[in-house]
Amino acid sequence: MPDLGKYATDILAAYAATALLVAGIVGLTWRRSRRVRAALERAETRAGHNG
Amino acid sequence: MSIWEYANPRKFMSWTGPFVVLFSVLAALFVGVGLIWGFFFTPDAEGFGSTVKIIYIHVPAATVAINAWAMMLVASLIWIVRRHHVSALAARAAAPVGMTMTAIALITGAIWGQPMWGTWWAWDPRLTSFLILFLFYLGYIALWQAIDNPDTAADLTSVLCLVGSVFALLSRYAVLFWNQGLHQGASLSLDKQEHVADVFWQPLVISLAGFSFLFVALLLVRTRTEIRARRLHALEARERMVNA
Amino acid sequence: MIGLLARDLKLAIRAGGGFGLGLAFFLVVTVLVPFGVGPRPELLARIAPGILWLGALLACLLSLDRIFQLDFEDGSLDLLATAPIPLEGVVATKALAHWLTSGLPLTLAAPVLGVMLNLPSAGFGWLVISLLIGTPALSMIGAFGAALTVGLKRGGLLLSLLVLPLYVPTLIFGAEVARRGAEALAPGTPLLMSAGITAGAIAVLPFAAAAAIRVNLR
Repeated sequence: MPDLGKYATDILAAYAATALLVAGIVGLTWRRSRRVRAALERAETRAGHNG
Repeated sequence: MSIWEYANPRKFMSWTGPFVVLFSVLAALFVGVGLIWGFFFTPDAEGFGSTVKIIYIHVPAATVAINAWAMMLVASLIWIVRRHHVSALAARAAAPVGMTMTAIALITGAIWGQPMWGTWWAWDPRLTSFLILFLFYLGYIALWQAIDNPDTAADLTSVLCLVGSVFALLSRYAVLFWNQGLHQGASLSLDKQEHVADVFWQPLVISLAGFSFLFVALLLVRTRTEIRARRLHALEARERMVNA
Repeated sequence: MIGLLARDLKLAIRAGGGFGLGLAFFLVVTVLVPFGVGPRPELLARIAPGILWLGALLACLLSLDRIFQLDFEDGSLDLLATAPIPLEGVVATKALAHWLTSGLPLTLAAPVLGVMLNLPSAGFGWLVISLLIGTPALSMIGAFGAALTVGLKRGGLLLSLLVLPLYVPTLIFGAEVARRGAEALAPGTPLLMSAGITAGAIAVLPFAAAAAIRVNLR
């Protein structure tokens, strides 16, 4: 751990906020990707049986 | 065989599959190396103390935020001129990522501004421009979500993106005129006199590459999701037709 | 086009809504400001140009969704789109009608409200000039926003969200002219910029707005 001096809180806060936001957008992207993929697969099997 | 064939949805799905993995790995690698190098192995800068370490997220996030809008502009133009669906969907997919990057740039800027300028927020031209950019992202995303018909939504958001780009540029210069800033000059300029010293520059460039790869990876995943959502939408519509 | 202009003006005046409502809103906002910031005359004099500009801008925003919405609902927009005059001309005419019923009255009312906010006497002329030059851009940009959201059921809030960021340059330069005028500085540069934005908006936005309407009428 480097010596951050009196600015430690600021720097860590900046990194933490960034980590949070990046994790948020990655998480949302991933979740929606999986949901849509699963829903599409279900719909395609249904279409396959009927069609 | 022209380059446009890669924009066929089916083809797009097949050729981008491997790239998702590639860019995700590259993003993790470069962001990791850039930030660890920047955080642990760079000296403090004169005048900034240790807060200079914020630059490794602040500048890349800001760069990606602007370029994401530029990419949306190009995608919107392609949609208007050539009507490739993938292009419209890519613009839609990029917007939330760009907005997140804008938010990161604003938040890290505020946190950095506190110790350096003695205030969380100053109505400095660059900060203000980014705030305006954030509002443009908000409006763009809100318009996408408000319209049900996907083609109508693509058309209208493309027009908004074009007009918005012009007004975003105008705002940039209006804001410059309106207030002189506290902000640093360009950190990444190729002009050796202007940009930051090499010790900071090298990890910064790596981090910048990392954020760019992250953007591309997210963009690909989100665009693929949008394409699947469109197909799902079409399948469900057909099911309803058959059942009715 | 003159017929269309006359029709829109007549409708606006008969319905009363946009015309009086915008002015009343402008008045109320201006009256509320001293309650919010305190009655000190020197403070009010400093912020008067900005407050008046902001009030006019918000009052302008109120009546934007009326530009196309009623015509869209009763089908006359379809007729206008297939009429021999180009849709771009229709958009420009409607923006002009909106300006005549909102921007112009607001401009004329602004000096009266300026008295209440203790605006320095040097500022009155420049305030009117800046509003006169700036508000047409507000109507034109607003018409573009209204064209984007015309097909939506609850477009009002979205319209504000889309249009307000587009108003930034006009507001900055317009309020800067009024501020410099009030402080007896040279307002030439922002005045020219403001005029440039208005001219550019009038030249370009009818095409964008007409394109948006065509998409919405599909």
